[in-house]
Amino acid sequence: MGEALSEALLLSRAQFGLNIGFHILFPAITIGLSWMLVAFRLRGQLAAYRLWVKIFALSFAMGVVSGVVMSFQFGTNWPGYMNKVGNVAGPLLAYEVLTAFFLEATFLAVMLFGAERVPGWMHGLSSVIVAIGTTVSAFWILALNSWMQTPAGHGISDGVLIAQSWLAVIFNPSFPYRLAHMLLASGITAAFLVAGLSAWRLLKTPADAAAQGTLRFAARIAAVLVPLQIVAGDLHGLNTLEHQPAKIAALEAIWHTGRGVPLTLLGIPDEQKQRTAFALELPRAGSLILAHDADAEIKGLDAFPEHAPVAPTFFAFRAMVGTGILMLALAWTGAFLLRDARAPAPWLLWSFAAFTFSGWVATLSGWLVTEIGRQPWLVTGILRTADAVGEASGAKLGASLTAYVLTYSALLLSYVVTLTHLARKGSG
Amino acid sequence: MNETLPLVFTALMGGAILAYVVLDGYDLGVGMLMPAASREEQDRMVDSIAPFWDANETWLVLGIGLLLVAFPAAHGVILGALYLPVAAMLVGLMLRGVAFELRIKAQGWHRELWNWLFWAGSFLASFAQGLMLGRYITGFGPGFGHWLFAVVVAGGLCGGYVTLGATWLVLKTEQGLKEKAAAWARWGLLWIALGIALVSAATPLASETVRAKWFAFPRIAFLSVLPLATAAAWLWVWVSLRKSDWKPFAGAVAIFVLAFAGLAYSLFPYVVMDRLTIWQAAAHPSALKFVLAGTLVVLPFIAGYTIYVYRVFRGKARAGAYEH
Repeated sequence: MGEALSEALLLSRAQFGLNIGFHILFPAITIGLSWMLVAFRLRGQLAAYRLWVKIFALSFAMGVVSGVVMSFQFGTNWPGYMNKVGNVAGPLLAYEVLTAFFLEATFLAVMLFGAERVPGWMHGLSSVIVAIGTTVSAFWILALNSWMQTPAGHGISDGVLIAQSWLAVIFNPSFPYRLAHMLLASGITAAFLVAGLSAWRLLKTPADAAAQGTLRFAARIAAVLVPLQIVAGDLHGLNTLEHQPAKIAALEAIWHTGRGVPLTLLGIPDEQKQRTAFALELPRAGSLILAHDADAEIKGLDAFPEHAPVAPTFFAFRAMVGTGILMLALAWTGAFLLRDARAPAPWLLWSFAAFTFSGWVATLSGWLVTEIGRQPWLVTGILRTADAVGEASGAKLGASLTAYVLTYSALLLSYVVTLTHLARKGSG
Repeated sequence: MNETLPLVFTALMGGAILAYVVLDGYDLGVGMLMPAASREEQDRMVDSIAPFWDANETWLVLGIGLLLVAFPAAHGVILGALYLPVAAMLVGLMLRGVAFELRIKAQGWHRELWNWLFWAGSFLASFAQGLMLGRYITGFGPGFGHWLFAVVVAGGLCGGYVTLGATWLVLKTEQGLKEKAAAWARWGLLWIALGIALVSAATPLASETVRAKWFAFPRIAFLSVLPLATAAAWLWVWVSLRKSDWKPFAGAVAIFVLAFAGLAYSLFPYVVMDRLTIWQAAAHPSALKFVLAGTLVVLPFIAGYTIYVYRVFRGKARAGAYEH
């Protein structure tokens, strides 16, 4: 690989990673929040609905504009991807546009602007259709991502991939687990956002009944969804061990194949020395957690000539799990303390406010684990990331990367400022 | 069947891109006209497009998605060659898109800033799209002349979008703003006339393929229908501006459809000018059939609910009605 090409690869990955990382922040909110809005309507929390539909509209717009960027970057940054697997990836993306994007965009207009122009039932139905649209969108994009992780149902014709069974492509081995994991992640992200901003409002205006209602509701949702997520994550892990064992070895920093491997809770993996410094280990717990058998053999990194970089996956995985544990503790404490109409203690409100964007931390960490964990492959066993990169010069990539970084920073700042501003103002 | 599939997808992709250009064209045109309006008029202008812009922009994603699905080999070539204008367009579309929400929610100078970014984003996206079109027509030809040509096309497209936007405002607004919009539309029309004249003169010079396709007997006799019809549509917009609400917009759409038809004729059968035909770039039939089946099932629904929403939001836009 030439010097120039590796520079293009690095910048292309930085740019695409930045974009996809920025984009996922907003679907992570809107998928879950769209269903919470339906719930607010059904429960008659109309003041809460009116406030949160504004936040939904802004989050949705952020997701739309950053999603449009992605649809172009597949071509601008990864032409080799479309040349090799376009016959599989293209149709899945096209189905997302056809079955979800138009539906969401059109009925969002009715939901936002149609209250005085359509009957009440139609207005309510629109919010359900938008929620279905966001979920269908997640279905297709996770089908594609899962297929890139665990490809199935394809054959080869003239050197490019073609689908032999679309059902096998869509329902590839990791798809059900990844879809469940992401939908739950979105529900949890939205629940903590609602709880956090409601708590923020209550710190300023303790008597706001609408904010009390949304805080209690969101804490209960989180208290149910976080344990479900832990189960889904565990099943997803078992599935990954079966289909992508190298990813598991990297994210757990298991250097050597063996039986009864320990679980490294914390430490600093050193890939050169093939060991983890300052490792805090639980004996045999690695086998127990990964294979549900304390004596099971787990393949270590020595079994895989090629694997993902260890330190980033190791740390990202711990960030995800650590955040998840804290979220579980807070959700259960909150749901318990908010069980009746008593005014919540300030420390609880501050805790929820501090965890407003905790879902983003966990979701982004999770995506880092699974995407970096797939390297050096773009499509496991089929296409290397390095072989898909385009020929754009470092100067072009650098210039556009700078423009994207500036735009995204400004957008993210405006988004967070606007959200906190709306939340402090409340629904009154 | 396998020979026809690329043709079918060329039609679908062309239809999606034309739908995008016309639909988001009026959004972007309204955005570019913002600085010419008063504060109260600006609110009405944005309200007239707020329920539609998101679905309108989705046609772009569908167009680019169909390019990717149907012509994967061309997708990388085209987007790779258009790297910088695409990046500029995307930044413009991002600023324009979030400004819809943020200009309503922001306070004080933030609100002014987002009003300005709404205009700047609309202009940046429109100009970049024009550059992309200009570069695309010449097959990404190198050198100063080809870039100058792209800049002329970009200016022409901005004029076209302004005309679409102004005639949309004639359709969707009342009183003072409507009269102002009629005057804006006249400026846009002059701009379009200049743009189309320059592009029509320059395209045959810039491309031998195009010259050969247009200037040959006897087909030039049939082909002259296109410029004549365009001139008729142009006059129809000009004359009907003070007399009708809907005729100017319909005429502006007709100008775009005719210009698009001329362009499509110039390019066919190439998907990358002089380099890749639609058959050379086409995806495997297995992919095309799967997408075609879905498209045929879903497209009538999309058409149905799109018509429904345009009916729901028919009539004149009311200021402040949309401050959800």
